[in-house]
Amino acid sequence: MSSKNSKKQQGNAVAARRKFDRYKLKKWIFGSKDEQGAGKSLVIYILLICIGFVYLYPLLYMISKSLMTRADLLDSSVSWIPSSFYIKNYVDAFTSMNFVRTFWQSIVVAGLPTLLNMVICAIVGYGFARYEFPLKKVFMGILIVSFIIPPQITMMPNYLLYNDLGILDSLNAFLLPALLGQGLKSQLYILIYYQFFRQIPQVLIEAAKIDGCGHFKSFFKIAIPSAAPAILVVFLFSLVWYWNEAYLTQLYVCGVFGDGFWNTLVVALKGFNDSYTASGASVTGETMGSLNEGIKMAATMLSILPVLLLYFVLQRQFVESVDRTGITGE
Amino acid sequence: MKEQNKNKVRRKKGSLKQKEALMGYLFILPWLIGVLIFVLRPLVQSFGFALSKVKMTPKGRISTFIGLQNFTQILQEDETFPTELGAYLIKTIIAVPVIVVFALIIALLLNSKIKGKGVFRLIFFLPVIIASGPVMTQLVDQGAGSIPSINTSAISSMISFLPGILEDAIMSVFENIVMYLWYSGVQILIFLAAVQKIDTSLYEAAKMDGGSTWECFWKITLPTIKPMILLNAVYTVVFLSNNEQNTIITTIKDAMFGTTGSKGYGYASAMAWLYALVVTLLVAAVAAFLVMKKDVYQKQAKKVRKAQKKEERLLKKLERRGEKYEQQKLKKAAR
Repeated sequence: MSSKNSKKQQGNAVAARRKFDRYKLKKWIFGSKDEQGAGKSLVIYILLICIGFVYLYPLLYMISKSLMTRADLLDSSVSWIPSSFYIKNYVDAFTSMNFVRTFWQSIVVAGLPTLLNMVICAIVGYGFARYEFPLKKVFMGILIVSFIIPPQITMMPNYLLYNDLGILDSLNAFLLPALLGQGLKSQLYILIYYQFFRQIPQVLIEAAKIDGCGHFKSFFKIAIPSAAPAILVVFLFSLVWYWNEAYLTQLYVCGVFGDGFWNTLVVALKGFNDSYTASGASVTGETMGSLNEGIKMAATMLSILPVLLLYFVLQRQFVESVDRTGITGE
Repeated sequence: MKEQNKNKVRRKKGSLKQKEALMGYLFILPWLIGVLIFVLRPLVQSFGFALSKVKMTPKGRISTFIGLQNFTQILQEDETFPTELGAYLIKTIIAVPVIVVFALIIALLLNSKIKGKGVFRLIFFLPVIIASGPVMTQLVDQGAGSIPSINTSAISSMISFLPGILEDAIMSVFENIVMYLWYSGVQILIFLAAVQKIDTSLYEAAKMDGGSTWECFWKITLPTIKPMILLNAVYTVVFLSNNEQNTIITTIKDAMFGTTGSKGYGYASAMAWLYALVVTLLVAAVAAFLVMKKDVYQKQAKKVRKAQKKEERLLKKLERRGEKYEQQKLKKAAR
């Protein structure tokens, strides 16, 4: 009797443990209310890695192709990893793009308008955020509309205007619009600053006013020092977009025929085919297409490498800033 | 004396307000001038161009007014532009939800509790830096825009029952899937920032009441970030429309600055205006579609308010009846 009982108890205990184990397993996979389950984490990791690969794919493709020799490119058995570490593509691209000179010019062409954007958009955004004045809603509407309309409409009249002003084929064609808050995507930066400055407590500015702080002083002493995240975001976006802008740069600054003083890496990339054949590299017949592929990729890599490095250096601050700027509004 | 004082105070208040307004204008003055010179003036000018025939001669440009002829010519005679416009419309309408939904999914994934968040964030914001201009063109030319292992022919046969133009558009989305994913960098950024700002106590409260993660997403996350969805959708439309990969942009540019086979600048301006019209309509449609859909809370609130009003009316009715009854009673008593 007693032995039976104890057996039964044992059985119960085993069942309970099994049940407990199953419960534990379930908990381990799907997670509880407080903790995230391992299975769920695994799914998230797999998804993120897959999508991450898709995101990195073009970049990896570019790096891999840019390191291949002509034979590797033609060889169908070589798909990802080049047979040898071949950097002549880079050397060729480097010389034919005239990298050093073009690089410095790119920095100037992208950097100066960016600086203007940072300053002017801050002033305008502050004006919109801090003051109430008649027609403010109308102006905000115009601001948003001017962001939406395709630039093609205003491109030609502006081209003619720059021509009449005599600032075509010079950096002024970028600087003048930026100075008047109409640079590349300036509307967006104004909105970013606007959102940010609206978050500054009005009380702070009023307190400063009571202590005898003027309008400009409160702008420079209160608004600007607290706007560091917004400034960083605007700086990075503006720099990157100016850097990557090829068409307008070519049209306004470099000259359509590429004979102007200014030249940027991206514009050089655009006209790369011509410059490569012109630079007298020995290219003949059929192999030309595949030969160019490696060098083209090397040139592409070179042209985005500077912004890529900048991004890697600043990315932590960048992401944190985005959180704090209130790009997300409301 | 008192009234005088009052007046004085009021006048001073008014002047302060005026001064504030003046300072506001002063701050936005650069932008105002810029809008006049670089937006409104070119708009008017190019509209003028669109209504006339423009010839570029060494001496300058000669434009003669021809009315709406450019527009009718584009819509009736041009072989490529209207079809391109249609293709653009369909492609954009398909691509916008794809990009927005995708960005939302990635943002949610990035927001969950995982290790190595920084690395993933680094990867997913990468397109913000690279995905523009000739770099993209080069990559697409080299075939890096699509993943070779996605079997496009299978998808093609799956959707072959659809009309041709729609099928083409869907196929182009699949073929350029990497590109579309790359376009969602900024959107991910915006969504992530929005999702991170949601109060965690909301989720805790929902969990207490037995809500699952799935329910939490639909009833907390989505309604909270609704404004961001609108923002992202509009941004995506604008981005896709003004993108260099867009064939219409190339067509217009060629018509504008090309020397061979161009039909003059007036014609190109008319094209640009038509395009702008379509884009604006599209943005308006997207915005209207997203704004019109009221969320659950608003609906619920409306229902409650309606019920409340009904009850109030009923109460009043009853009260009136009661009053009448009492009056009658009083009258009877008086008699």
